Amino acid sequence: MSLRATHRDAGPVTVVDLSGRITLGDSSALLRKTIRTLLDDQRRKILLNLADVDYIDSSGIGELVSGFTAVKNQGGDLKLLQLTKKVRDLLQITKLYTVFDIYSDESSAVRSFN
Amino acid sequence: MLPIVAFTLWLSRAATSRKMTAGAKHLEITLETQVESVNLAEEMCLRVAEAAGFGEDDCYRIGMSVREGVINAFHYGNQERPEKKIYLAVDITAEKLIIHVLDEGTGFTLADVPDPLAEENLLSTSGRGIFLMRAFMDEFDVVQGRTGGAEIVMSKRLPGPGGNSENGKGGR
Repeated sequence: MSLRATHRDAGPVTVVDLSGRITLGDSSALLRKTIRTLLDDQRRKILLNLADVDYIDSSGIGELVSGFTAVKNQGGDLKLLQLTKKVRDLLQITKLYTVFDIYSDESSAVRSFN
Repeated sequence: MLPIVAFTLWLSRAATSRKMTAGAKHLEITLETQVESVNLAEEMCLRVAEAAGFGEDDCYRIGMSVREGVINAFHYGNQERPEKKIYLAVDITAEKLIIHVLDEGTGFTLADVPDPLAEENLLSTSGRGIFLMRAFMDEFDVVQGRTGGAEIVMSKRLPGPGGNSENGKGGR
């Protein structure tokens, strides 16, 4: 299943709803393009909703890290919302669980940007 | 175009039964150096793992490891050069499922691979594939292959009655 990405506003925060797999190829490229487009549009408070992402490979992890760094470098913040078990386990064993700010509840996540 | 160059399958008579546990079986496939090969290799090995009786969690770990092995061959080994090939082989013995991924690059040694868990590498955008294969499989090694490139050899013990191998939790 390829990746789908849509975004919506939650106050000053842009929530990106992702669904599918983030893997080598088109899906990683779509995530990169989505984040770069938001940054170009001066949106620097980005919340990636991963509730419907059930699979990420090392390329997808790399793309999440790349997006995180790109947003930070522009003075913004990129946070993660609603990880599935597989994705949470993957971020834990790669120690990225300590790097990303991760939330299970959208309103708490949105408030945390203030 | 399908990313398959050659496909060979030898299965014992027992392979026609639901669980392929009696007798050794061997399957090999030659893949083009292209992104589609990664998905194809994962899908093929998932089918084999399911047929061998692995549970859902182990199938996920095996599929991810195959995926990472072929990504490694595609990107680092063959440098994404389309004239080079990737050789994938799967063996099922009485004890374990063994996967070989061979590229046509110049090879590498595990000691030279940076630790992705080191503080200075945590924000690296690459370099986690080897780590994931090691975490998800019971045995993992890299040797020099017949092509001169790197050959990843990794295995997982066949499951017990519960459907998960001993290292069912992964995450070493």
